[in-house]
Amino acid sequence: MKVRAQIAMVLNLDKCIGCHTCSITCKNVWTSREGVEYAWFNNVETKPGIGYPKEWENQDKWNGGWVRTSAGKLIPRAGGRWRLLSKIFANPDLPQIDDYYEPFTFDYQHLHQAPDVAHQPTARPRSLVTGERMQKIEWGPNWEEILGTEFAKRSVDRNFDAVQKEIYGTFEKTFMMYLPRLCEHCLNPACVSACPSGAIYKREEDGIVLIDQDKCRGWRMCVSACPYKKIYYNWKSGKSEKCIFCYPRIEMGEPTVCSETCVGRIRYLGVMLYDADRIEAAASVPAEKDLYQAHLDIFLDPFDPKVIEAARAEGIPDSWLEAAKASPVYKLAIDWQLALPLHPEYRTLPMVWYVPPLSPIQSAAERGRIGMNGQLPDVASLRIPVRYLANLLTAGDEAPVVRALERMMAMRAWRRARNVDGVEDHGVLQQAGLSVAQAEDMYRYLAIANYEDRFVIPSAHREYANDAYGERGGCGFTFGNGCSGDSPADLFSERKTTTYSVRPR
Amino acid sequence: MIHELAFGVYPYIAITVFLVGSWARFDYAMYTWRSGSSQMLSDRGMRLGSNLFHIGILAIFAGHFVGLLTPHAVYEVLITTAQKQMLAMVVGGIAGALCFAGILILLWRRLFNRRVRATGSFADVLVLVLLFAQLTLGLVSIRISAGHPDGAVMVMLADWAQHIATFRTDAASIILGAHWIYKTHILLGLTLFLLTPFTRLVHIWSIPLSYLWRPYQVVRRRQPTLHYGRRS
Repeated sequence: MKVRAQIAMVLNLDKCIGCHTCSITCKNVWTSREGVEYAWFNNVETKPGIGYPKEWENQDKWNGGWVRTSAGKLIPRAGGRWRLLSKIFANPDLPQIDDYYEPFTFDYQHLHQAPDVAHQPTARPRSLVTGERMQKIEWGPNWEEILGTEFAKRSVDRNFDAVQKEIYGTFEKTFMMYLPRLCEHCLNPACVSACPSGAIYKREEDGIVLIDQDKCRGWRMCVSACPYKKIYYNWKSGKSEKCIFCYPRIEMGEPTVCSETCVGRIRYLGVMLYDADRIEAAASVPAEKDLYQAHLDIFLDPFDPKVIEAARAEGIPDSWLEAAKASPVYKLAIDWQLALPLHPEYRTLPMVWYVPPLSPIQSAAERGRIGMNGQLPDVASLRIPVRYLANLLTAGDEAPVVRALERMMAMRAWRRARNVDGVEDHGVLQQAGLSVAQAEDMYRYLAIANYEDRFVIPSAHREYANDAYGERGGCGFTFGNGCSGDSPADLFSERKTTTYSVRPR
Repeated sequence: MIHELAFGVYPYIAITVFLVGSWARFDYAMYTWRSGSSQMLSDRGMRLGSNLFHIGILAIFAGHFVGLLTPHAVYEVLITTAQKQMLAMVVGGIAGALCFAGILILLWRRLFNRRVRATGSFADVLVLVLLFAQLTLGLVSIRISAGHPDGAVMVMLADWAQHIATFRTDAASIILGAHWIYKTHILLGLTLFLLTPFTRLVHIWSIPLSYLWRPYQVVRRRQPTLHYGRRS
């Protein structure tokens, strides 16, 4: 047993209102720079839809993630080492900027400077890549917002596999949900495996996956290898960039920006202990539907004395072990099994999990013909097809999704009975396999969702900290070469981060 | 005198700048060390152009390296100089043709693709134009070499390269009588070495062969605290 700790995230989709506050605050902090205007480390998609970049879930198109060979070995879907290197001059799987969207701004100054004209002046769009006028904006980071574009285009969504999707195009049957996405900080990251330079790495102490900006040579294999398409190529610096899980904040015991600013309080951050020796075996189980269970089996019980002992032997600080016991992520993913991994079939063992959303009972049911399963409404009567959620979260296995949805409904039914009818309805909890104590906790974590309960983040330790001696006389947090990057006398064709290469024409 | 400067002194300046400059950039400005790919902005022509160009130029580079610097005594055991020249002309010609087709596509893309043009730098255009000129000179030189198939000129050029590589003083005089095409080709080639540290060409140093044997997963442990000065 090789115990490692990771700060993992859970997003409660049941409470996401699709306000994009996470995306905007993330953008403001990390990607409001030339070269990554099109990049959203965090974005919110309306599902069903093809998403951002277009059809990111279609691995037949992008060749992201891992495949299990007939011999039982895992190799990147794009090919083994020789095959991958042979693609280095031109990566056939690389998304184009139009697959994300051509970044644009508007000629706002024209509103101030336009001469006296017959018609009101307008601010027309301009490309941030070429600087040229754009006649029409064709696509954006959230073009499908709240069922935007026609169903025929949105329904290319791969999560419709094995769903009779045609009926969901009709007004009466339509459904939608929000899916906020960020880097999954996987246990078995495909981006790391595909990097020819070995510049991408997972931090041992908190599991955050980072790209070494000095070591990255811009071979851009990670961009296509990541099945979640969460690595972005910065055309200005020539390096790949990705969500850094706000590691400077995490190290201080603060939540990521997206979590901190989430107005719906849907995000949870906590420590998960796992057995690093079991990663390879778990990622290569034969059946895709078994991957969720295999992933669960990697996690270790933070209350088990043997685990604690082994963790101490690995040098994991006691404050982290205490945090693991109070981890909201552990409760949601293991105790209550409400949170599920996103697309486990990619075999990357993602560490950002999702609580599936409940949805309104369909109208037919409301008229008294509601399908009941014991005391709970049948999950099949929910507007979002269970199969759709299962394709998204459990590689098509419906049972875990049904269990999670039933538990959430049971918790609500139990609270309603207590508050409205004044009765303790334990039957409904039993049916969903919940104890009263669990339901009390679920209520506290899901409905109240206090800051201290959502975010249990131990700060980094002195013994982890790098020596500051080498930072003396430095320039603090800058891009690239510290002080030299913006020097006008730079020898090495560095593009200045503070000036624009592309000028409006 | 100019000849001596160009072929006796300039090679050392170029190689020194190439080596010291690369080292300095690697050490001082590693964030700028990159291949500078623009494929994400436009895929058009990249599959064909970039593959042809890179395969061609790697073959040419290896050919020059081995061909110029292998001592005559070593290969003479296997083939005659005439045969070696024929080999160089055929293999170099094929690789050159591939590279030429590739660089035409890339040059077209670099100059006329709006996104690539707008986001690229002057140095990006410069190296591509210089490489194009160098390649053209090299291809023309095959024609001139065909006029003297005995390999004598080839041996003369290799002698010059080996004299430079082994720091012998009389290097420049060896190629005093060489055709101007060869001389220009050499000068431009040295200039490309000179410019390498200041352009995207540095990515040649970074051919990621270690990928073939590194494990798929990379985990970094934080550095333990360093201690400076005397320990108590």
